[in-house]
Amino acid sequence: MKSLLFFRIILALFLMQSVMVFAQEAQSLQSNAAVEAQVQRLSKELRCLVCQNQTIADSHAGLAEDLKLEIREMATKGMTDQAIVDYLVARYGDFVRYRPPLKLSTVLLWLGPFALLLAGGIGLFLMLRRRQKIMVDTPLSADEARKVRELLNKES
Amino acid sequence: MKRALIPLAIFLLVVGFLFKGLFLNPREVPSPLVGKPTPQFSLPRLDNPETVFSPKEMLGKVWMLNAWASWCPACIEEHPVLVSLAKTGLVPLVGLDYKDTRQDAQRWLDEGGNPYTVTVMDVDGRVGIDYGVYGVPETYVIDKAGVIAYKQIGPVTVEALRDTIIPLVKRLQAQ
Repeated sequence: MKSLLFFRIILALFLMQSVMVFAQEAQSLQSNAAVEAQVQRLSKELRCLVCQNQTIADSHAGLAEDLKLEIREMATKGMTDQAIVDYLVARYGDFVRYRPPLKLSTVLLWLGPFALLLAGGIGLFLMLRRRQKIMVDTPLSADEARKVRELLNKES
Repeated sequence: MKRALIPLAIFLLVVGFLFKGLFLNPREVPSPLVGKPTPQFSLPRLDNPETVFSPKEMLGKVWMLNAWASWCPACIEEHPVLVSLAKTGLVPLVGLDYKDTRQDAQRWLDEGGNPYTVTVMDVDGRVGIDYGVYGVPETYVIDKAGVIAYKQIGPVTVEALRDTIIPLVKRLQAQ
């Protein structure tokens, strides 16, 4: 009986939470759909510096909320994606972008995985070639061939 | 024998990188604002909401801007350090009270002492965004021409003052 009550309370809390979430979303849809789409697109591209491994779309940190508001205002003014991203990069640096630009300082980041793949590929190629040289085909003798056939026939 | 050393060399290289990584602070994001002019603002003062303060007033002086808040735990640790810095009279300290209420901020200064020549209220955090603040406390050292010379992320410690900030301030003042 007690656990049923507990379950009901939990359920009630869940339902309340979903109501609150809807209320928030409705508020942000005041402006037109194009602006909203731009805000959504950009906030998925930008890092929340407080929580670092979340985009500002995912984060509920105060700063992320402020930045979303700021982005929405800039979007309403008709600024392009590039202009808004530049505005934030000027303040927070490239780290704010989830996709950092290709620069001298980020070359390793961008090309490192491909370099590793290439190195691994070359290593594999060399190893296989060497193996091929070491391993010599040894044909079966007539006696061995007969034994193999016997065994195979027995199995089936 | 030599061939066996290759995996060992790779292993040591990785260990080297990881070991270095242990001592990096991922929260310290280098600010692109260092070397740039201070973003301008005009914000109401804490002591007198009728008057505003703007960084232009500090032109010709080396000064420090400290973003703080009464709700910020790390500021508790930092505050006495700032108070002792203020007592030396070396450099004017401007407080940017970030997303705070006037009442809480005033209580904070009444209780802990007021190291600031001026404190301004950034209630909605807009000026904080212009300065790239992502976590209080953060502190900027600004030169006579109004250019940001240094940014301290996290609390100003006694060591940071002694080793970095005070020598920098003196160098900038001598310019």
